[in-house]
Amino acid sequence: METLIIMLIGILVAVATYLILSRNIIRIILGTAVFSHAVHLLILTMGGLKQGSVPLLKEAEAPYADALPQALILTAIVISFAVTAFILVLAYRTYQDVGTDDLDELRGAEDE
Amino acid sequence: MKINDVILRTISRIVVFIILTFGVHLFLSGHNTPGGGFIGGLVLASAIVLLYLSTDIETVKKSLPLDFKIVAATGVLLATSTGFGSIIFGVPFMSQTFAYFELPIFGETELTTVTIFEAGVALTVVGVLVTIILSISEDGG
Amino acid sequence: MNNLIVLPLIIPIIVGIVLVFLRPFVKLQRAISLITMMGITGVSLYTLNRVQIDGIIRLDFGGWEPPFGILFVADSFAMLLVLTASIVTAICLIHAFSSIGEKHEKMYFYPFVLFLVAGVNGSFLTGDLFNLFVCFEVMLLASYVLITLGGTKRQLRESVKYVVINVLASWFFLVGLAYLYGTVGTLNMAHISERVAEAGQGPLLTTISILFLIVFSLKAGLLLFFWLPGSYSVPPTAVAALFGALLTKVGIYALFRTFTLIFYHETLISHTLIGIMAGITLIVGCIGAIAFKDVRLIVSYNVVIAVGFILIGLAIGTETSFAGSIYYIIHDMIAKAMLFLLAGTMIYLTGKSKIDEMSGLIRNYPLFGWMFFVVTCSLAGIPPLSGFVGKILVGQGAIESGSYILLALAFISSIIVLYSLLRIFLNTIFGETIISLEDEKPMKMGMIIPIVLFGIATISLGLGAEFISGYVADAAHTLSNPSVYIDAVIGGDK
Repeated sequence: METLIIMLIGILVAVATYLILSRNIIRIILGTAVFSHAVHLLILTMGGLKQGSVPLLKEAEAPYADALPQALILTAIVISFAVTAFILVLAYRTYQDVGTDDLDELRGAEDE
Repeated sequence: MKINDVILRTISRIVVFIILTFGVHLFLSGHNTPGGGFIGGLVLASAIVLLYLSTDIETVKKSLPLDFKIVAATGVLLATSTGFGSIIFGVPFMSQTFAYFELPIFGETELTTVTIFEAGVALTVVGVLVTIILSISEDGG
Repeated sequence: MNNLIVLPLIIPIIVGIVLVFLRPFVKLQRAISLITMMGITGVSLYTLNRVQIDGIIRLDFGGWEPPFGILFVADSFAMLLVLTASIVTAICLIHAFSSIGEKHEKMYFYPFVLFLVAGVNGSFLTGDLFNLFVCFEVMLLASYVLITLGGTKRQLRESVKYVVINVLASWFFLVGLAYLYGTVGTLNMAHISERVAEAGQGPLLTTISILFLIVFSLKAGLLLFFWLPGSYSVPPTAVAALFGALLTKVGIYALFRTFTLIFYHETLISHTLIGIMAGITLIVGCIGAIAFKDVRLIVSYNVVIAVGFILIGLAIGTETSFAGSIYYIIHDMIAKAMLFLLAGTMIYLTGKSKIDEMSGLIRNYPLFGWMFFVVTCSLAGIPPLSGFVGKILVGQGAIESGSYILLALAFISSIIVLYSLLRIFLNTIFGETIISLEDEKPMKMGMIIPIVLFGIATISLGLGAEFISGYVADAAHTLSNPSVYIDAVIGGDK
């Protein structure tokens, strides 16, 4: 089961890398979003994929589902939501002001 | 060309209330089952965004005259005050406590200070999300 | 009263939120933010002295015992950095009062500066790796907002690149955290250190440590500094000073913490790699500092050189070199902030940014010119100014451990720093005066006062090096003996 999920994470990272290396800003942001999904899956896998029960001592017996990766993933999702929202608005504003969303045009300063 | 959005407007009149109820349910059940402040806030915000989509900005501004940046700031203040409040009581930062109360309709319920923290988180999420949607849409795009 | 050590994190956040409500009252915002930063400075000074008496102070959030809960750990290294960061922010705020302009001050400038300081203080004080990630993100989000403040075309262009690179680095940090959690099963720094020491740092853990090295090098600007010159030359002056003084130092702190507390067993691989990276950073930084004519780019490459020098202290790994690096970090925070303020003020006064288009400022603004001379001597390491002690101790550590190449690189870089700053000094401050007395812009009091305050700070840090040597020695001792830290967190009781 872990092998399957790791292969899936690998495919997601490959897709994300391809998107991040493109010229259009929106594709780069999509690439970072896909990469964040891959990382969240990775955290979940690292906690162990097994048939676990509710991690409360009185409610059920061992084996318990690991509660820590769930908390980590929730925090990571919140942070990635805030950052992705910010960078989307930033890209939109840059497109309005500079007039292009092609990263080759956004390279360096004109007077160097 | 005027887009015929009768379906959207009719459905959203009902669906907004369903989404709002679901959001409140997710928020309140966060203590013992999946849910909590963040996802409750997201669902509540999506109801408000649906209102923006089916009508226009001025209509919603008349019915919800809130500056959503202030809503977000209030949320953060509420959340950090619960952490800070525990300092005033002399226990380590961010300690939570709970107690059982007899409420008139609900019977014996367990109330905790975590709910105040989650309410702060939900308010922050609603404020941030609606601010972002408004800032992209301001110029009629 | 262990709650004391969470105050440098929570007070700026609460005050920042209160300032959001006070959006139209700019003068009130200015007063409150300055008073807050001075208060945080006082609190961190008091806590630093408490750490000397009581040993390492620990605060468990929510009462959960380690290794299960999140905790803040205040040792001398962290408290020294928190104290310096608070002082630097307070003085940069004074500069911001007169240089940012009311329109941008109303766009929530002060709340976001306070959030930035909260993130920086939280990163320094935390004892849990995931909390380090969260505090990094708080600091980075505030910096994304501050770098775009003003919305000029140049700022928007550079900030897109800055944000994308930092977002990628954050996700790599999460990947490293995921693998580390899968291997050792905990995220508490002291507990990880114990488990890594028990299990022995095999190839898997060494690979994870290299991943952390890459992540923190992206943040600190060690070899992977390609984003730095562009991103530090576009924001407004006070913001650029805060970035140059604080942001890279958080990455450096993370490098020091991870490689002295957790991954210190395979120094042949990890510390050699750090040494090579620091050496290359020094060489490329030196080339950059003497190649450009734009004063902001020269200053940004000086930041890169400083990072390389500090990490040579980590790569060498003896207690003396740690002490030298700590002295140098404190000196560098103050001197780089001063340098950025000087460069920004120069551009404001003359309207130009290339050094061959400005000249003769010594006659128009004499105090300004001599302050530039002070910072040149300080950064070059001339006694009795503050750079001297750090360089001597790092050099001593290099001789002790026999790394002569790093020693040579470190001292050649000092000469190049002196040359690059002297080039600016001779071209712009001396030389014939091209701005006549009628055309010159009056120097605002609020711009020269923080520069003078920084000058006094660097002189007194140099003269009073003996005074803080107790704190620095304690910090270096904790860095080279991880068991001190681990005992304070896990071993004993509260």
